[in-house]
Amino acid sequence: MTTTEEPRHHAEPQQVDRVVIRIAGDSGDGMQLTGDRFTETSALFGNDLATFPDFPAEIRAPAGTLAGVSAFQVQISDHDILTPGDAPNVLVAMNPAALRANIGVMENGATLLVNVDAFDERSLHKAGYEDNPLTDNSLSAFTVFEVPMTSLTQEVCKEAGVKPRDAERSKNFFALGLLSWLYNRPVEPTIEWIGTKFAERPLVSEANTRAFRAGYHFGETVELFEATYEVRPAHFDPGEYTQVTGNQALAWGLIAAARLAGLPLFLGSYPITPASDILHELSRRKEFGVRTFQAEDEIAGVGSALGAAFGGSLGVTTTSGPGLDLKSEAIGLAINLELSLLVVDIQRGGPSTGLPTKAEQADLLHAMYGRHGEAPLPIVAAKTPAHCFEAAIEAARLAITYRTPVILLSDGYLANGAEPWRLPDVDALPRIDPAFATEPNHTSADGTAEFWPYLRDEVTLARPWAPPGVPGLEHRIGGLEKADGSGNVSYDTVNHERMVHLRNDKIAGIAASIPPVDVDDEDGAELLVLAWGSTYGAVAAGVRRVRARGQRVAHAHLVHLNPFPRDLGDVLRRYSKVLVPEMNLGQLSRLVRSEYLVDARSLNKVQGVPFRAAEIEAAILSHLGGAE
Amino acid sequence: MTTTAVPPTTRKDWASDQEVRWCPGCGDYSILAALQMLLPDLGVRRENTVFLSGIGCAARFPYYMSTYGLHSIHGRAPAIATGLATTRPDLDVWVVTGDGDALSIGGNHLIHALRRNVRMTILMFNNQIYGLTKGQYSPTSEVAKVTKSTPFGSLDTPFNPVSLALGAEASFVARTHDMDRQHMQGVFRRAHEHDGAAFVEVYQNCNVFNDGAFEKITGREHRESMLIPLVHGQPIRFGPEGTWGVVQQPDGRLEIVEASTVGDAALLVHDESREDPGLAFALSRLSRGPYEPTPIGVFRAVPRAEYGAEMSRQIAVAQERRGLGDLKTLLRSGATWSVE
Repeated sequence: MTTTEEPRHHAEPQQVDRVVIRIAGDSGDGMQLTGDRFTETSALFGNDLATFPDFPAEIRAPAGTLAGVSAFQVQISDHDILTPGDAPNVLVAMNPAALRANIGVMENGATLLVNVDAFDERSLHKAGYEDNPLTDNSLSAFTVFEVPMTSLTQEVCKEAGVKPRDAERSKNFFALGLLSWLYNRPVEPTIEWIGTKFAERPLVSEANTRAFRAGYHFGETVELFEATYEVRPAHFDPGEYTQVTGNQALAWGLIAAARLAGLPLFLGSYPITPASDILHELSRRKEFGVRTFQAEDEIAGVGSALGAAFGGSLGVTTTSGPGLDLKSEAIGLAINLELSLLVVDIQRGGPSTGLPTKAEQADLLHAMYGRHGEAPLPIVAAKTPAHCFEAAIEAARLAITYRTPVILLSDGYLANGAEPWRLPDVDALPRIDPAFATEPNHTSADGTAEFWPYLRDEVTLARPWAPPGVPGLEHRIGGLEKADGSGNVSYDTVNHERMVHLRNDKIAGIAASIPPVDVDDEDGAELLVLAWGSTYGAVAAGVRRVRARGQRVAHAHLVHLNPFPRDLGDVLRRYSKVLVPEMNLGQLSRLVRSEYLVDARSLNKVQGVPFRAAEIEAAILSHLGGAE
Repeated sequence: MTTTAVPPTTRKDWASDQEVRWCPGCGDYSILAALQMLLPDLGVRRENTVFLSGIGCAARFPYYMSTYGLHSIHGRAPAIATGLATTRPDLDVWVVTGDGDALSIGGNHLIHALRRNVRMTILMFNNQIYGLTKGQYSPTSEVAKVTKSTPFGSLDTPFNPVSLALGAEASFVARTHDMDRQHMQGVFRRAHEHDGAAFVEVYQNCNVFNDGAFEKITGREHRESMLIPLVHGQPIRFGPEGTWGVVQQPDGRLEIVEASTVGDAALLVHDESREDPGLAFALSRLSRGPYEPTPIGVFRAVPRAEYGAEMSRQIAVAQERRGLGDLKTLLRSGATWSVE
């Protein structure tokens, strides 16, 4: 493939500090791929960025309908940003449905790049338009560019012998080329990428390359646009960076955790959106000795992970809401067996099947209480895509150290969202000691050395972990209540109460091993915003906006949801107002109210999409206004 | 792992110190005894032996063995065993289950463990009743069974466990019964030797809630004429002095005939290693219930790739091709850039 030098732009590009671009089309149009490419080019260019893939649950909903619209939003910036942006500045709409589904979120004055070829009567009708929005003046608040993306792509592919019907599928690359020109992205990485990705399908490779170049040249030659824009590289701390999605970082975190503990990694999982990518990623990594098992159902997923844990592996199961329901019984068993087990829940909209591809934070109380009996377990929540790496290691540390199932909460927004990640020094990550039992730990009345599986460590209250294979440590465990110490089946009522307390105290005691609350409070604010999980970006951005107005506000973001950091009560009581934004009807707020008797106020959003920074800002200002 | 010779053991070495709490007279006692007496002969180590179970009377089994053991939740033992067996190929994994545990709540896990051929020895005690919950009908109870939950008789067509296992692509399927220690031990030994998932149905008497369910075929005085021993490579015949035999009719049906009327050469020769499970399936359908002559022994034993070994092989191949995984390389598997 020849890589000719691209001609320079006629005019100097206009500098902008950030831009939010939304690319939308049919779910078969390759919108996610287009977005990913634009994102990676921008990452390599040195911008800070955050992405938000927003796609339907149906693989291919009927073409041209609102239900089938797939969108990808990315914010690129020359400074540190925290979210994929509130209102996009640019929308690429591949058809009328894509325009109609997204026009509502666009800021006034936004630029619309519209594939005019797709605006025929039939497509307009399918999208529910009675009149053509391109001609009825309804888009007067926007700058609209009508670009015949389909026909130009077909035209440029014709010379290469690609049939129009096949060429039509390359139109997303035309759009990518156009965006690349408009935002002064380097073209070489994408052309190289096409060459590699489609190496085995030369005609497709050729069509995509031609479409991409055509889009780029279209921007340059057709004097449609007054200027191009440039988003300069952002300032990053020195280091080596890559771009990761939450699920990718989480999978890598699991591999790292197993390494740090010196344990084999076993994943038992049943495919479910939006968790499946963790299974996909780990199943590719066999050179790490990872055993992945696609089970017959969610129950077998967690069951096999528990069986592997009994055998001395780091047992992990990954799922989303409905799967967590099904795993509850096995998680309860793991609590009783006091075996290490990692349960990863990529939350999505519920109840039931709910909104499979949309994000929600409504599984917190399920993680906390969703089992019969007194069944406490630790809960860890990731806050950004890259943080999923660290969160996975921390969850594994708790599971292994305390011999307990741990629920790690992520969500659909973190799972698929991407951000630049400064690579950690893996040699500096702290080891995790599985401390397997090696010898009998008790002497019976007649002087015989015995192994008691429920004789606890005095500090952590953790019981010994004795995988099969060691002579003299043979023991039986099970779901029936066990006698404190010996672990034999016991129906003794007083013993049961003691065991309930011991299990509870063990989990509560984890607070001693987790860091105190990290409060971002520059100057003694009265209002604390307390949040958890994927709201991190929006909350931090909202807090910045409030401070930019000269107001004071503090922000604390919890990673440990159970137990809470030991100083959380003191922190909460330092502020006269506490605001808890959550993508649910108030689950963390309920927990802190009952635990600390503080008047935490809830800010809720359950629309399947993340908070906008502006919504957080408005809520903070409203609470600061003293109206309450 | 030690490579020294396995120290000799006796039955006592395999019994735990826990009091056995099945009802007096329960068939489970004789199965437990048969296995505890067999294990010293199998050349295996206690510390490398694990008994897993779900819920039900049979599921108490692990507590009575002085091996590693896990008494888990209802129906899930094959799933838990899959995680253990695939990660620990050095262990002997036994799953002890019942007709309710394996075929009702755990049916899904059972069929998938069988089709995958994960190395585990599954002993399913079939007493055709729910014992631990005090006498409801089970998925193997005969139609019209009157129990506490079916005062007007049960409506469900029962499973035939051997047919089910064969249909689930099991590579080893056998049947035995609690009244014949020697037969049990022979079948258990074969099941244990099988490299893959081995399924053994054990007719087991529940003397409290379903007493005598198998009496018509396993009772001492009926056995000879009602049990059809399957012996690999031998013509299938039974009854006093081998009066009866099994023949395959031209239309494929199996039929019990008087052996002398057809001659020895006409009798069906049992071949447990047939790749096609059709004949084994037909044998499993020979009897409509434990009141007609019923085949016992090994129905099917065919070699097939073991799941855990295949999983290990994929890992070994990947490590050979790509080298042992390196965390630093992993984190740099996408595009990276440096900021000075």
